[in-house]
Amino acid sequence: MVGVVWVGGRMGFERVLMDFNVDHFALFGLPEKFRTDTDLLDKRYREMQVLAHPDRYAGAGDEEKRVSMQWATRVNEAYQTLKNPLRRAAYLMLLAGRKLDVESNTAMPTEFLIEQMEWREAVAEARRAREQTELEQLYHRVKQQMKCRYERLANLLDDEADTALAEDEVLRLMFLDKLVSEIDDALVALEA
Amino acid sequence: MALFQIAEPGESAAPHQHKLAVGIDLGTTNSLVATVKSGVASVLPDALGRPLLPSAVRYRDGESPVVGYDALAGQSSDPSNVIVSVKRFMGRSIDELPYRESMPYRFEAGPGALSLKTVAGVKTPVEVSADILRELRTRAEAALGGELVGAVITVPAYFDDAQRQATKDAARLAGLSVLRLLNEPTAAALAYGLDNAAEGVYAVYDLGGGTFDISILRLSRGVFEVLSTGGDSFLGGDDFDQRIFCWVIEAAKLKPLSGEDARHLLTCAREAKEFLTNHGAAPIVARIGSGELVDLELTTETFTEITRTLVEKTLKPVRRALRDAGLSIADVKGVVMVGGATRMPQVQRAVGEFFEKAPLNNLDPEKVVALGAAIQANLLAGNRASGDDWLLLDVIPLSLGLETMGGLVERIIPRNSTIPVARAQEFTTFRDGQTALALHVVQGERELVGDCRSLGRFELRKIPPMVAGAARIRVSFQVDADGLLSVSARETTSGVESSIAVKPSYGLSDDAIARMLKDSLDHAKDDTARRAVKELQVEAQRLVEAIRSALVADGDLLLPDARERIESGIARLQAAMLGEDRHAIARCIDELETETGAFAALRMDRTIRDAFSGKKIDAIARELASSEKGGET
Ligand SMILES: Nc1ncnc2c1ncn2[C@@H]1O[C@H](COP(=O)(O)OP(=O)(O)OP(=O)(O)O)[C@@H](O)[C@H]1O
Ligand SMILES: [Mg+2]
Repeated sequence: MVGVVWVGGRMGFERVLMDFNVDHFALFGLPEKFRTDTDLLDKRYREMQVLAHPDRYAGAGDEEKRVSMQWATRVNEAYQTLKNPLRRAAYLMLLAGRKLDVESNTAMPTEFLIEQMEWREAVAEARRAREQTELEQLYHRVKQQMKCRYERLANLLDDEADTALAEDEVLRLMFLDKLVSEIDDALVALEA
Repeated sequence: MALFQIAEPGESAAPHQHKLAVGIDLGTTNSLVATVKSGVASVLPDALGRPLLPSAVRYRDGESPVVGYDALAGQSSDPSNVIVSVKRFMGRSIDELPYRESMPYRFEAGPGALSLKTVAGVKTPVEVSADILRELRTRAEAALGGELVGAVITVPAYFDDAQRQATKDAARLAGLSVLRLLNEPTAAALAYGLDNAAEGVYAVYDLGGGTFDISILRLSRGVFEVLSTGGDSFLGGDDFDQRIFCWVIEAAKLKPLSGEDARHLLTCAREAKEFLTNHGAAPIVARIGSGELVDLELTTETFTEITRTLVEKTLKPVRRALRDAGLSIADVKGVVMVGGATRMPQVQRAVGEFFEKAPLNNLDPEKVVALGAAIQANLLAGNRASGDDWLLLDVIPLSLGLETMGGLVERIIPRNSTIPVARAQEFTTFRDGQTALALHVVQGERELVGDCRSLGRFELRKIPPMVAGAARIRVSFQVDADGLLSVSARETTSGVESSIAVKPSYGLSDDAIARMLKDSLDHAKDDTARRAVKELQVEAQRLVEAIRSALVADGDLLLPDARERIESGIARLQAAMLGEDRHAIARCIDELETETGAFAALRMDRTIRDAFSGKKIDAIARELASSEKGGET
């Protein structure tokens, strides 16, 4: 779910106001690439929030406040999408006209899926046994694997322009990302 | 009602006029009010020069309540009518309170929220908090010599939606206009950061009387960006008191205590705790109701031992906040200590050891939150000075989601999302011909609905009957800059819509607020009416002028008939202004504001767009040139 912007209100002119056609990269004036200058992104983001944030319009009327909130929300959404490499990659796939659908994708190789199941069992086991350090180690291992895959993905997207292979990589990364958040949930549960 | 008065982003509407605004730290133990005078933030003391107001309210039979030190004085003799630490009850139901039994109050379970029975009637935590806020408001208005335009009220970063709503309700009940709810650690970071021109990643460790917060922020050229936050809204100095209290009962082999004795011993426990900060041992001497004499000595070693788990408990959210921010200890440049309870040496030590650096204690840990809030209030009220070029970007502390099949939670907005934030998700019907969909909004990190906090339920009705799975129901969550959530749902094929500001189960309804306000107002009517007409006439004049100049600047945004409607609205208002009919003027103002609403939105949009693109041309060109080589993921 990328690029969702709040549309509400009674008059319906919001559709005119919120320009969905400007993509996130264009909004920040960045090239449509996976390898992104994150420092520049951060910097642009802050500059734009300085201009759009509701705190800047605290004395304004309700309509102005609402528009400012919509813009600030839009900028936040765009920033979150581009800042996170997985969301950025998925967004690039979307711009390239490829719809990612993890649930119905059955084309994942068996050995990858088996590895996923093993990871998952390890997490569940560590969670049952309340093994905090074990969970933290798993966390770092998954993160490490993700890092390698991101490097490959950058190659595929920016250098080789191979969206088909890139899609495969993104799907794997989505699995791993899900795994990370599961480990995270497990850690939270231990801390509760 | 400053319609059309935005000139440039960040510029104040009326620079010549200093608006009276305050920051309020509504603490579990102590509350403070602060303001910015001539560019300097300071705490406003009471008539005796005391900066803190103990967050205690004593209710009396047939008399108005007493707040602060005088309320505390009645604590031992009248414990059930002296309400302390009421912040712990905000937005909570009765079964959520730890050690409720050792509290001398007569609780009543309300629908969702709890309330307390006092000699002055049943009081909700919102009302008790409002009494504290009213006292601070009175103090501020006396000191500043005028009515406040508004206040920034601080809340623990880890407060959930219900607790935030309750706080906002309390402020409204106290007659305060809330400029913003601000997270306590963020307020502290603001005061600290501006004071020390800090740059880089900082952690704010805030252990107060009743709540613990940890926030990780990046300070960069005037932007205070909260990266993550965590905490425990039931962990603070009070819990250390409780540990000492239990130790005393055990060491002195006491039988079950009366409310008076319990209160008295808790006070002794707290004194001992504070004494231990600068001494190796504290005497605990108390005569209790039965005539027994408690005479003990608590050493630092014992105290450290019996509170070790509490200190450790604070480090878990710290670890998680770091992980959420994707940072390690080495990335943290400094740890700002906030809250009276951080004075305890074992806390200082634990934090220093964890972060591998000495904590920063150069600001008064009890005042820094109020000072930060005052700085923010000053800005939001429109008193921006030329050097005030900073911005706060905050996050929501807990994930927001919806209940789905089987009592599971579907996360819609994850914790630590920067606000304002909006997300939408599509759902569908699961039965043929289903015409309603029940939505249950929850907050928390757990997977099961039962383990999360229920924020509210609502229903989307009148969905046209379709086969199962055909309806497209788009549920949208919006969290505003106060961190408050509103939810709406819409069936997209038919356009059926439903929405709520999420507050039914714990907050007060607007009607309830209105009623309470009316109850608490005395009616000095006639005078006020004359003044009101004058004020309305002034306001009407301002509005007309503002619209006129807006039409000159951006009239091209309007279609001819829209412009005509605005012109005729102006004419009607001008006619009404000649008379003394307050209601007629107010009505015309309302009509004109409604009529110009869309225009205002369009202008605002143009303002922001122009600002963005103005920046882009020079800034981007420059930056791209210099960063062409750099690039990573
Ligand atoms: N010298 C001291 N040594 C130890 N503890 C202290 C000392 N001084 C104050 N405290 C404790 O600090 C707590 C109050 O701190 P503070 O005023 O910052 O809290 P608060 O803002 O009212 O609470 P919260 O932020 O949780 O709502 C009390 O528990 C008090 O006993
Ligand atoms: Mg505090």
